[in-house]
Amino acid sequence: MKRKIYFSANNGLIDRRFFLKSSAVTLGASTLSLMKAKPASSNDNEWPDWMTKPGIGLSGYSSRSSFESHVLRKPAPVLGTDGSGSSRTPIQYLQGTITPNSLHFERHHSGIPSIHPDEHKLLIHGLVDRPLIFDMNQLHRYPMVSNIQFLECSGNSRPNLSKLPPKGTCGDIHGMIGCSEWTGIPLNILLDEAGLKKNANWVLAEGADAASLTRSVPIEKAMDDAILALYQNGEKLYPSNGYPIRLFLPGYEGNISVKWLRQLKVTENPMMTREETSKYTDLLPNGKSLMFTFPMGVKSVITSPSPGLNLDQIGYYEISGIAWSANGKIKSVEVSADGGNSWAEAELSEPVLSKSLTRFRIPWKRDGAPVIIMSRATDEAGNIQPTRENLISEKGSQVSYHNNSIQAWSISSDGLVENIYV
Amino acid sequence: MYKRSFLFYFLFLYCFGFNIIAEESPNLGKAADISLIKNWDISIGTDGYELPAGSGDAIIGKEIYNQQCIACHGAKGEGLLNDKLAGGHGSLVTDKAVKTIGSYWPYATTIFDYIRRAMPYLSPKNLTNEEVYALTAYMLYINNIIPEEMIINSEILPTIIMPNKENFIISYPE
Repeated sequence: MKRKIYFSANNGLIDRRFFLKSSAVTLGASTLSLMKAKPASSNDNEWPDWMTKPGIGLSGYSSRSSFESHVLRKPAPVLGTDGSGSSRTPIQYLQGTITPNSLHFERHHSGIPSIHPDEHKLLIHGLVDRPLIFDMNQLHRYPMVSNIQFLECSGNSRPNLSKLPPKGTCGDIHGMIGCSEWTGIPLNILLDEAGLKKNANWVLAEGADAASLTRSVPIEKAMDDAILALYQNGEKLYPSNGYPIRLFLPGYEGNISVKWLRQLKVTENPMMTREETSKYTDLLPNGKSLMFTFPMGVKSVITSPSPGLNLDQIGYYEISGIAWSANGKIKSVEVSADGGNSWAEAELSEPVLSKSLTRFRIPWKRDGAPVIIMSRATDEAGNIQPTRENLISEKGSQVSYHNNSIQAWSISSDGLVENIYV
Repeated sequence: MYKRSFLFYFLFLYCFGFNIIAEESPNLGKAADISLIKNWDISIGTDGYELPAGSGDAIIGKEIYNQQCIACHGAKGEGLLNDKLAGGHGSLVTDKAVKTIGSYWPYATTIFDYIRRAMPYLSPKNLTNEEVYALTAYMLYINNIIPEEMIINSEILPTIIMPNKENFIISYPE
């Protein structure tokens, strides 16, 4: 099959719909061979082993192919602990938009509690008419909703704020992002049942981990799209994601979606917990600090190619990545293969959902010359992903959280992919 | 005809209204009793009215610290495996900001709240309120916020002004 190629930007970026259009075959000067005949090895002429005897039996719970066992999170515990710190999702090996539960990033402050669901209760108290307590059986009878939405740690992509571009994979740098179908109870149903008092402005959420982690949630968010999640991607939450119940606040920095939720205390003022004062605050160059910077800004990253996924061939590749924003849907993602001089619009794969990961793709013909690839997302509110330079000049070199800046990967003539600042 | 639709209208209103009342909530929550709430509710706000009885000073606090905290946080809070707790004053406007309790934390009540719920890392919730007051006093002392012999209790703690308090800007709502 030969088709005329329409390049849409420098260095081989092809019109995003080129392979999606019906076969308008033309005889152009520039053509792309899709099928390269591979020489048949002698083995190809024999039945493979797995076709000559029955396979292994049925089982109660599946595991992935043993040939995929290299796809792992990389745990990075805080010194002196094994349960505090983070493990990042290897997003360079994933496709589509749903993060498998077993690879969803972790960020714990005192390990993962082993909670017996029959012994776990949720207390709602504070500025309410009726302080209430629920067991898990009661909670499972409440009306539920399901939404496919992202969860991102506000410390995601921090490695790229260092002076020199860090080595490591795309997941090592940007892997504190996940996207799941979260199923749970709209929080407003439970707060209405308890009855909010007039001066109810905030809700303190507390986890049942050893750190009893607490965050103050604005009442507007709690009454809007907050849910108490019980299921993730159809399964009960995994312990590493808050089993048996967690708060989930769409679009907000991950730390506030408190896992292992044990109590909600309705208050007039924020409680100024350790997490929301000494940790998840944004220091500015003038010494001032911003508190309660909840929404995660518009962002995208090319997951393939990326460091570790080196290119050993010339010719066709698909450039692919993920984009997201707390401000709603992703409107467009542009890709550059010349370090940001020319941009081509990438194809957004359906579904494109609000506060969710969107997969973008663009065909690319690699000619072997060194290139720098980048992606730049725009959300439906019109926010455009900033360059790293702009982010740092706006927020200062001490910036530590909420890094949503553009990632550039350099690809050498021999196909080595590396992190680069442009 | 007119009469009939009128009847339907009332019937509709009746059913609709009835449904709204019935489906307001499944109402499965049980009334939580006061003693349970009291036991569970350990969070301390900035005005400190939830603070328990008890008191402590930095002299006792230092003894507890040197037994239970020093392995991770180093002598006098200078940091070791984990967070540096003291010093860093004046560093926030430099390239190397050092965020400690003294240089960064805006509220003294947060120190009590956090130590009581989460520290020491390997055995949280084992300290008595007296011990937490003493450790809180020691944190304030090693950051030159209070003198060593000053007694910290539920009345005094909320009145302590942390050095960096005025430098926080609340960004919500945007």
